[in-house]
Amino acid sequence: MPRLPDSVRTAAAVLLATAMCTALLVEPWVLLVAVVGLGSWLAVSSSGRQALAVTWTGLATLPRRIGAASVVVVGIAGVVGVLVALQAMAEGFRATLNSAGSDQTAIVLRAGANTELSSGLDRTAVRLVTQAPGVLRDAQDVPVASAEVVVVANVPKRSTGTDANVEIRGVGPGVWALRPEVHIVDGRPFTPGRRELIIGTGALRQFSGLEPGNTLQLNNQPWAVVGVFASRDAHESEIWGDAESVASAYRRNAFQSVTLRLTGPEAFERFKAALSADPRLRVDAETTRSYYSKQSEQLTRIIRVLGFGIAVIMAFGAAFGALNTMYAAVAARAREIATLRALGFAGLPVVVAVMLETMLLACVGGLIGAAVAWGVFNGYTVSTLGSNFSQVVFQFRVTPSILVQGLQWALVIGFAGGLLPALRAATLPVTAALRES
Amino acid sequence: MKYLHLLFAALFRKKTRTVLTLLSVTAAFALFGLLDTVRVAFSAPETVSGIDRLIVASRFSIIQPLPYAQLARIGSVPGVKGVTYANWFGGIYQDPKNFFANIAVEPRSYLELYPELVMPAGEREAFLKTRTGAIVGASLAERFGWKVGDKIPLKATIFPHPDGSNLWTFDLVGIYRAGEEALRGIEQQLLFRYDYFDEGRLFGQGTVGWYIVKVSDPDRAEQVAQAIDRLFANSADETKTQGERDFQRSFAKQIGDIGLIVTAIMGAVFFTLLLLTGNTMAQSIRERIPELAVLKTIGFSNPTVLALVLSESVLLLTLGGLCGLVLARLSLPVIRTASGGQLDVAMRPETWLLGLGLMSLIGVAVGLPPAWRAMRLRIVDALAGR
Repeated sequence: MPRLPDSVRTAAAVLLATAMCTALLVEPWVLLVAVVGLGSWLAVSSSGRQALAVTWTGLATLPRRIGAASVVVVGIAGVVGVLVALQAMAEGFRATLNSAGSDQTAIVLRAGANTELSSGLDRTAVRLVTQAPGVLRDAQDVPVASAEVVVVANVPKRSTGTDANVEIRGVGPGVWALRPEVHIVDGRPFTPGRRELIIGTGALRQFSGLEPGNTLQLNNQPWAVVGVFASRDAHESEIWGDAESVASAYRRNAFQSVTLRLTGPEAFERFKAALSADPRLRVDAETTRSYYSKQSEQLTRIIRVLGFGIAVIMAFGAAFGALNTMYAAVAARAREIATLRALGFAGLPVVVAVMLETMLLACVGGLIGAAVAWGVFNGYTVSTLGSNFSQVVFQFRVTPSILVQGLQWALVIGFAGGLLPALRAATLPVTAALRES
Repeated sequence: MKYLHLLFAALFRKKTRTVLTLLSVTAAFALFGLLDTVRVAFSAPETVSGIDRLIVASRFSIIQPLPYAQLARIGSVPGVKGVTYANWFGGIYQDPKNFFANIAVEPRSYLELYPELVMPAGEREAFLKTRTGAIVGASLAERFGWKVGDKIPLKATIFPHPDGSNLWTFDLVGIYRAGEEALRGIEQQLLFRYDYFDEGRLFGQGTVGWYIVKVSDPDRAEQVAQAIDRLFANSADETKTQGERDFQRSFAKQIGDIGLIVTAIMGAVFFTLLLLTGNTMAQSIRERIPELAVLKTIGFSNPTVLALVLSESVLLLTLGGLCGLVLARLSLPVIRTASGGQLDVAMRPETWLLGLGLMSLIGVAVGLPPAWRAMRLRIVDALAGR
């Protein structure tokens, strides 16, 4: 094979690297195949064993250039840490809202309303909706449904001490059968007809003065906090009371939404068709799964895109740092590498050795970054303004897939940072390098 | 200045290394430029316009309307120069993704209280005369390609239209610009007439979302706010009056602690940068020990050598950093177009200043250890390679 000019070879290598990187990012299994393939090549073939030997010599000198090596490790740890933290934030928000939804329950809002807060349903509409076909009925033949009043109150947030919006949900008597996942963890449920409230665990953590036994002013009326409930979803950010009492406190005679349990997921189409066929109603029906996933969609996408954007810029910085370090490492070992080449080592093992070293450093960096992000942020609780114009409390969720993604990024950066120095090492003119002091 | 040539020669002694380091610094400061711009945008614009305005809303929650009857009483509070009112409409143009604020306002008093909404006198007159008229900011008009004379249909989410459908149609009679560059955010609004809105809505007539008060003396704004709140204390509609900027800030705070997130990310980035450039500088000085010795031999004093090495690292950071900030500045219009005009933020002078400050600070921090070493160098040892 005729020897191609260096620039062409470099360009080809960069192209190949870009393709590999893309494949690595998109398909995790490519990584597995690459690792297995590389492992067997290293163990079996003779040039593989050469590569292994060169790698070991390189690694043995690592402690002497710990400063330079830490540039690679810390740089990549930073990228992975930020990436994992932001993805965990998006995932936490998504999971919190989505777990409030199910295919078994449907939510009905006034036609055109996109959130409960902007909706309104009068009593006639509520009655018609709950009597529609497809709604599950309990032993007493009463529809399992809750007509709800959603309002917002100002309560000081713990972290800032300033007023923030908390969602007050007035729920109907059927709510316990409708949302069986909700259970009281402290105190007792509110008594219908009284000015009593129960607090979601998320709201309790984010807002001050909501402990059981306290009173909360709603529209200038004292309400007693009698209990705390947990539901492991978006409802935990809310405060619940009796729908009729909340409505009268806010001088309202209408509801915001009706949530109902269906006889099964297949009943939804029948239910929806019945509502739209009724000329007395102007409402939209949705399964709660689709309603809540729509609520989380926009913010989740913003955080994800932002997270990727920031990580990409940081990754460039880290890759340049890695390039720098590895060029320096190759330059420092120029004589040694030239000696090996003179002894008859081929170019490939040298390339592989430098690549392996960079990838190893990158891997360490990725693990450190992922571990720090996991340790600091997993379960970290924050809140933001949700679509009902009130605070949604959620926890960061560092999932295994996010961690794997972080490691993929680390390896890609390592690959990009190691390739050019590795090629330089393999193409060093042997005689010149041997003479260099 | 006369050593600038020497500095550049030292910096570009190893081109690859310097270029790679510069690129890292550029990436770090590009990120800084973008994130700090977002941070500044979230902490309400620091301008003088609006310091004489107060927002009067329900004390219980922002969603509670206030009765129209309060208007005259607020107007009679001493120190109040003008009052207007507004209501959130929450309409959607074509798709929920096209979010922008659309607000019903009383045209005459609103435009008087917001002199930063700049529009031609003819269009202003048209807004005062057309019941179904609406005005939009220039950025918003550009985003959807609207021009004066267009009909804009908005799908109501809160207030169904009296004709039974959800569609409210407005006649676009004017396009306003923000009086100052820093206030460009207000160009993302559609304002339409309150009388048209109040007559058409099916519930809540005679109420307003919030009042806006202009005080005659901004220094006495606090007293006026208290006087207004006292006026309605213990009534069914208690109010909470605060400065317009505080009102906006409390909103930004509810979205989340943007400042904290930005600081945390930049902390991680700059720590890495410190390590990276520090390593580069140390390496570069190590290689140049004989050269530094020669400089000293031909008469460069110890402080001069210290200053030379320090300036070299500051120069490295400043070059890369400025490239990064320029890159961030250039990418803002791109981001604006890519997000359909929704992410419309401008880079403020304080971001440039803070960036320059950080460049010099990091430059000195990474340059000091090798500079110190270079200063303490003994010529004989250095030349002998000991």
